Amino acid sequence: MSRRDKKEDEDSGFQNLDKTTLLQEARYFNSTPVIPRKCIHILTKILYLLNQGEKLTTQEATDIFFATTKLFQSKDVVLRRLVYLTIKELSPMAQDVIIVTSSLTKDMTGKEDLYRAAAIRALCTITDSTMLQAIERYMKQAIVDTNPAVSSAALVSALHLSATVPDLVRRWVMEAQGVITSDNAMVSYHALAVVAGARRNDRLSTVKLVTKLARTPLRSSYAICLLIRYAAKLAEEDQTDASEPYVEFIESCLRHKSEIVVYEAAHAIVNLRKSARDLAQAVSVLQIFCGSSKATMRLAGARTLAKLTAKHPNAVAACAVDLENLISDPNRSVATLAVTTLLATGAESSIDRLMKQISSFMSEISDEFKIVVVRAIRRLCSKYPRKHQSLASFLAGMLRDEGGLQYKTAIADAIIALVEENPDAKETGLAHLCEFIEDCEHASLAVRILHILGREGPKARQPSRYIRYIYNRVILESGPVRAAAVSAVARFGAARPELLPNISVLLARCQLDDDDEVRDRAIYYSAILDSGDAQLINDYIINVPIPNPVLLERALQDYLNSDADLSEPFNLATVPTMAEETQEPKEAPVEIESRAPIVSREEQYADQIKVIPGIEKLGPIFKTCESIDLTEPETEYRVQCVKHIFARHLVLQFECLNTLSDQLLEKVHIRLEAAPGYKMLIEVPCEQLPYDKQGSVFCVLEFPENPIETLGTFGATLEFVVRDCDPTTGLPDSGEGYADTYPLEEIEVSCAEQFRTRAASDDWEATWERAASAEEACDTFGLSQSDVGEAAKAVCEHLGLPKGAISGDAVKEIRGGGVWRGGTPVLVRARLVMAGGAVTMQLTARSPREDIATLLLAAVG
Amino acid sequence: MVHTTMEGSLFEPTLYIVKGMCILDNDGNRILAKYYDKDIMPTAKEQKAFEKNLFNKTHRANAEIIMLEGLTCVYKSNVDLFFYVMGSSHENELILQSVLNTLYESVSILLRRNVERRVLLDNLDAVMLAFDEICDGGVILDTDPTSIVGRAALRTEDVPLGEQTVAQVLQSAKEQLKWSLLK
Repeated sequence: MSRRDKKEDEDSGFQNLDKTTLLQEARYFNSTPVIPRKCIHILTKILYLLNQGEKLTTQEATDIFFATTKLFQSKDVVLRRLVYLTIKELSPMAQDVIIVTSSLTKDMTGKEDLYRAAAIRALCTITDSTMLQAIERYMKQAIVDTNPAVSSAALVSALHLSATVPDLVRRWVMEAQGVITSDNAMVSYHALAVVAGARRNDRLSTVKLVTKLARTPLRSSYAICLLIRYAAKLAEEDQTDASEPYVEFIESCLRHKSEIVVYEAAHAIVNLRKSARDLAQAVSVLQIFCGSSKATMRLAGARTLAKLTAKHPNAVAACAVDLENLISDPNRSVATLAVTTLLATGAESSIDRLMKQISSFMSEISDEFKIVVVRAIRRLCSKYPRKHQSLASFLAGMLRDEGGLQYKTAIADAIIALVEENPDAKETGLAHLCEFIEDCEHASLAVRILHILGREGPKARQPSRYIRYIYNRVILESGPVRAAAVSAVARFGAARPELLPNISVLLARCQLDDDDEVRDRAIYYSAILDSGDAQLINDYIINVPIPNPVLLERALQDYLNSDADLSEPFNLATVPTMAEETQEPKEAPVEIESRAPIVSREEQYADQIKVIPGIEKLGPIFKTCESIDLTEPETEYRVQCVKHIFARHLVLQFECLNTLSDQLLEKVHIRLEAAPGYKMLIEVPCEQLPYDKQGSVFCVLEFPENPIETLGTFGATLEFVVRDCDPTTGLPDSGEGYADTYPLEEIEVSCAEQFRTRAASDDWEATWERAASAEEACDTFGLSQSDVGEAAKAVCEHLGLPKGAISGDAVKEIRGGGVWRGGTPVLVRARLVMAGGAVTMQLTARSPREDIATLLLAAVG
Repeated sequence: MVHTTMEGSLFEPTLYIVKGMCILDNDGNRILAKYYDKDIMPTAKEQKAFEKNLFNKTHRANAEIIMLEGLTCVYKSNVDLFFYVMGSSHENELILQSVLNTLYESVSILLRRNVERRVLLDNLDAVMLAFDEICDGGVILDTDPTSIVGRAALRTEDVPLGEQTVAQVLQSAKEQLKWSLLK
């Protein structure tokens, strides 16, 4: 057969591989003598098939595995190496893979250098912690071996193993330490990672390591990069002058000959939270990167500069010329970054030009980057409100283009933000949204837009024009969208009485809908609108509180499962409402990573407090307060306290962390000196607190009847039994252990913690007037602050109100409302005046319960 | 002590830098691919979908680097082969680039500069070994193409009879005789 034909055969051989045939061929491995050439070919085909994603059953994998082990008789180097590869590939699937341990051990200690490194890596993938003890000696030898490949293989394997058996690997650190300064770059890199990884939790020795290595020049650029990362981490954690040497080291790396290191250092400096530091050097390095002929370097430079725009727009603005050169870059990612960065830092006059540039290649870039562009435009909208016309039409254009849900959502978000922030842009923005829902394939997005139309539409000059768009949805769309459209229509009827007759007709038509939800809503809204009761309409259509859905579900479940009879109606007011977005999440202007969804504190802890027996009897959770440190940071035991407020109960969760690796704490509990009036119900101790694992102790207390008495302080002491243990294995020594205590700081229960507050809504004035008949408490206070604004802020903080509650200039007025933990509403108004160099405040609280109104005053006084 | 805020934007000090490496042909089909992070594309189906997407985005524009599905992908192509190295979008792009260079250069030496599909398939065993020598479970093992090739291209059997030393010929003859006697 000619050479040419063979080639063709092989090629097609890889294309039509069949699992069954290969399994047959694998039997060939059993025949003697082993013909390496033939076996290499079969093994390659098996590996190829596995790499293509072919699934093997355990039996098939085991069969092939055992056939492969026969090939250990051959001394052919390539064949042996492929055998190792096959072993690694099959080890997760096949059974009894440890059968080859002795063969591999022989290879790793043998004379053939070409086997040793690969054998170590194969062995460490199949072995378990018990077998490891046996080869530990060989591993230590291998780490210090003179052959760099062997040494690297052992170090990298140690690194993989440290995820499962960290204590064992920690015993090899001495050997690893010795080779950090090895002549071979990779060995030094791997050794540094092993040593630093083993000391991850020990800040002091990391400091020593970094300080020492910063002075000795390392050969590997990778190792220097790693060292920069450790140094940057140390510098970030320690904001004092002590971190100066780290920053100096990183800065010195800006002059390294390797680009990798230079970029690593520049990136670290730009991202270090220390702000005032001189960025000039790093920025000029990044500028040079932007002019590189390599796209990767340009991207690296542009991306890092883009990140800087949030904190130091001026520093970036200096690079405008370099970025301008990139806006027509053939790599569209680079071009997008350049344009968005320029948009974020540039002047108003350049916007139109840049927007034109960007629209020329918008269709060529991936959704991720389109979202970056959308975000940049969104920020522009708030920065230059006057530009809203062109920006909104640009967004609307993008909305018409193809794109995934995430991209469309980002655009809709931007337009919604525009509508909410800029009164001038409201009408155009709403018109764009109306047009979009005419042809929107994403139900979730349509529902959201309908909600916005329902909220913002009635405030427009000509509300009736939106109703047509909304009602079209009722005719054309699926159930959920129709339901949302009905709600939106109802809001128009509620807010604009002149439209009510027409709306009533529309709602009446919807009552004949096929969908249950749509009919229900139509009937519900018709009934409320027909009642003509302004209060009713306001509370159930216009200003409806939205409870946090996760907590609502949990509360309803608890309600249904509780022993109490269900004659007592469920109180919706006890469920925390959706946390209003207090501030725009701070994001860098050009950020591509996705972020974790925001979870409210209550949701986070809900599962943890489930361990308390009888917790469901306390009713739904009212509020979870922010955790408070009860110990100094970096002490032996760290304790934080989280207060969970229920209608009549207080649950204190003590989150404890044991930072001593040679101790195991048992029977951990808290001795609490409760404030007078409080009744201790149960305590759930933490049975075991091993090193570096968080454990919680819970105390359940009943609030005193009288709200005023609830303000008080608790003394607390941590009590536990210490048992010494082996720091490497975590197993305790035999023996009883001894009892010990650890004093904690006091815990204070304040008034704000028992309220869920919000800033005044639009119709606050009316609500306040309506509450005129309720109990009122009023008092005048002299405040210590010398500035009205500061005083107002302090009062807000004290009452737990957001800063948005403050209004007025010379006379500051704070308006807010809230719900007391039982569900009793409270309204509060404070007026602050500057008089004779001191601030005087008049505070009035109205609530159906007088004692609660008084409590609010007492909290300030 | 529950962490809710995002960690800082500094690079994480880790050695697990490479999330995946692959070689595709000019139809976007996989020739070789390895993914090293269990959390990223755990199934073959997701991987192939990603490769299709990646190929569609990159085979026309020769732009070296692209951010895709939360990954930074650096790439390089020659004749009918496409080489990719993937890393977290939060990683030093130049390190990824250096890994790609190593991969390409090693394969290029292995294939005696004939970087094309047919030749690669003929030498698939050596290329697989090179993959294994460059990256181990996401950790960069070596970046020196010469030393990688030295450990991956180990042709012993391929040497034609005429180029073998007398001792080698005798040795293999002896072996064959021994096995045939043992049968």
